[in-house]
Amino acid sequence: MSEEPKITVRNFNAYYSGKMALKDVNIDIPENKIMAMIGPSGCGKSTFLRSLNRMNDLIEGFTVTGGMMIDGKNIYDKDVDVTKLRRNVGMVFQKPNPFPKTIFENIAYGLKINKLCKSRDELSGKVEESLKEAGLWEEVKDELNKSAFALSGGQQQRLCIARAMVVRPEIILMDEPTASLDPISTAKIEELIQELKKSYTIVIVTHNMQQAARVADRTAFFMLGEMVEYSDTSVMFTKPEKKITEEYITGRFG
Amino acid sequence: MEITGNKKGKREFQQSLGFVALQMCLLAVIISLGVLLVFIFVKGIGVINPDFFIKFPEDGMSSGGIFPAILGTLLLSLVAVFFAVPMGVLTAVWLVEYSTSYKMVRILRIGINSLAGVPSIVFGLFGLAFFVKFMGFGPSLLSGGLSLGVLILPTVIRTSEEALLTVPVSFKEASLGLGATRWETVYRIILPNSISGILTGIILSVGRAAGETAPILMTGATFFTMRLPNSLFSEVMALPYHIYALMTEGTHPNQLAIAYGTAVVLMMLVLVINSIAIYIRIMARRARQW
Repeated sequence: MSEEPKITVRNFNAYYSGKMALKDVNIDIPENKIMAMIGPSGCGKSTFLRSLNRMNDLIEGFTVTGGMMIDGKNIYDKDVDVTKLRRNVGMVFQKPNPFPKTIFENIAYGLKINKLCKSRDELSGKVEESLKEAGLWEEVKDELNKSAFALSGGQQQRLCIARAMVVRPEIILMDEPTASLDPISTAKIEELIQELKKSYTIVIVTHNMQQAARVADRTAFFMLGEMVEYSDTSVMFTKPEKKITEEYITGRFG
Repeated sequence: MEITGNKKGKREFQQSLGFVALQMCLLAVIISLGVLLVFIFVKGIGVINPDFFIKFPEDGMSSGGIFPAILGTLLLSLVAVFFAVPMGVLTAVWLVEYSTSYKMVRILRIGINSLAGVPSIVFGLFGLAFFVKFMGFGPSLLSGGLSLGVLILPTVIRTSEEALLTVPVSFKEASLGLGATRWETVYRIILPNSISGILTGIILSVGRAAGETAPILMTGATFFTMRLPNSLFSEVMALPYHIYALMTEGTHPNQLAIAYGTAVVLMMLVLVINSIAIYIRIMARRARQW
């Protein structure tokens, strides 16, 4: 990798009330690539993901040391405005979590709070654009005023992706985005993720190793709070460097 | 496999004994409540007619209506609500959404819960010392209403907290994840989705405030007045206090009937208020999407 990575993590440790959850993590995540994190439950991959937009700040007793840099700026510096950070680092959650609002209002929410639109027309335009990018427009264009809860699980998740994209973040974090979806919806989302990497840097946590193999450019294997191995996905799944990685990806434990 | 057999064994007997005991308890509660209601209704219904609601007491409170007491109770409850609702709801929002120290929240919660258990006469005493004397509001609608407000404050806080906590964390995370501030998340996502629960709590506490005597005894309720309140600093009559006055000071036999009639009105009022709360809750549950 010759170009400057988008995200640089150096000697990063995280603790829940003093209990170590991440230990000395060092990772470079390149721009406009998909980075997947795999590993057994409780390995710290979600903690790592949620550190990238400081969502863990909500948890009392969560502390970090070390550096987590986006474009060279440590996001844990005192002068960082967390709301601005989160606007630039979007997040898609494990369970689709649309707001109990209409489809339109779900997408418009981020534009409204960040005051990104000057007129109603501009707002509608951006909502439409975002729904098109998420591949949802054709399915919902006639029912924008219906509740988002009327959509299927897969549609809801694409709605959540559209909602995250509409504010034009630079990075999108995905926490097991297909864990609660059926295979067809999963395939659609994976397709969408591939499409998204043209414009965004994507970090995805997945329980599903095949998914990592299908979508990711780079894959990191976490275990017991440590990053065990990090390499190109093709290398990771064919010639893993470490024995433990091989045991995990061949399904000997998990 | 042997599955047939004698159902009259010892264990079954113990079980039916337990059921009977529980049913007896339930029956006892229902009967005593029913007797209470019927008793008051029978004794009070005789004096209730349209005039009873719109007329002033006459002939030393031995005839006429109870209009000033009804109005007074409504006004006192209104003052209580205007005080307790903003303060209580915002406190709950702070406790649930803003505070970062779990320890502190726990200490505050213990304090609030203890406050909810304090006898109401103590709130009356506090109102007398603080609102009437220290703040100089005198015995008035304002002092009485504020004392009632303080009384219902813990309930408002607690029910609001419970309502706020019913909003799924995932909504909050989604909002914060888009770059919303805590306050934007509170007023755009959390409050709109918990408002029915908060309202229910408020209305139930209004019902409580309307029926309380002790807090207004020394702070704003008056035995008898021929004038309707014309400012926050007027003394007012109130339904529960009117009952108390009639029962303790009266000599005329008709006053007893009026006291029961007043009790019926008060009960009806509380019943109506609580029914509104129940109605809101049912409607909200039907409208809820999650």
